[in-house]
Amino acid sequence: MVSAISVVLLFVIGIYCILATHNLIRVLIGLEILIKAVTLLLITAGFIDLNMALAQGLVITIIVIEVVIMTVAAGVVLGIHRHYNSLDVRNIRKLKG
Amino acid sequence: MSLDIFILVLLVLAALWTVMTRSLLRSAIGLALTSAILTIVMFRMGAPLAGVFELSVCAGLIPVLFISVISLTQPLTYKEIVEHMKVRLKRFWALPLIVIILGIAFVFVNAKFKVNAPLAANQIDARSLLWHLRQFDLLGQIIILFSGVFGVVVLFKERKKSG
Repeated sequence: MVSAISVVLLFVIGIYCILATHNLIRVLIGLEILIKAVTLLLITAGFIDLNMALAQGLVITIIVIEVVIMTVAAGVVLGIHRHYNSLDVRNIRKLKG
Repeated sequence: MSLDIFILVLLVLAALWTVMTRSLLRSAIGLALTSAILTIVMFRMGAPLAGVFELSVCAGLIPVLFISVISLTQPLTYKEIVEHMKVRLKRFWALPLIVIILGIAFVFVNAKFKVNAPLAANQIDARSLLWHLRQFDLLGQIIILFSGVFGVVVLFKERKKSG
């Protein structure tokens, strides 16, 4: 029960961070907190369902994907900073595509 | 049970501090702290393998990555910091309120999550499950790792100067 409430609260914190901030690094931190909420949700589901092996397998997969996403996103943030000399999302207005 | 509740409250508080804190460096450290507390939750819930991954990767590698990005990007000037602080307070004042109200609402509503738990526990080991039953996940992980490596290579490739 408390674990489920924690999942919801972590999700709210992550979403709020992404919505309220203008800094790209803080957006990534919000995304990271969202992933933590999902991880806790999976572990809680495995604990309730008595199937912790599957939950652990899925959590390990999530962690691997999380690392790759964060590495590439950090590279993108550095590229944006190199190009615009700023990390403010409001300054990035020249996207083409 | 009360210790578990204490740890989960600590987890939410750590996440809140990560988001609300002034400096980005402290945010990265707060993220590591959140991951470490989540690791304790995992160990207590009987997921040691996932806990070890969480501790080594999410509490170790990712904060280092964030700190590297922070140190490679240009810090704000004093004027920008003062201006940023004024706006920041306006933007983030609602978050602790929302978290507290939601937490109290959930506790008082006493929502019952009806879960039909199986009677017998699935005794299969996580390692054998990952290697024998979910090989497709491992294949996906390998593909994603390679795409990440190629993505970073493309992002940091030195561009040839024209002319």
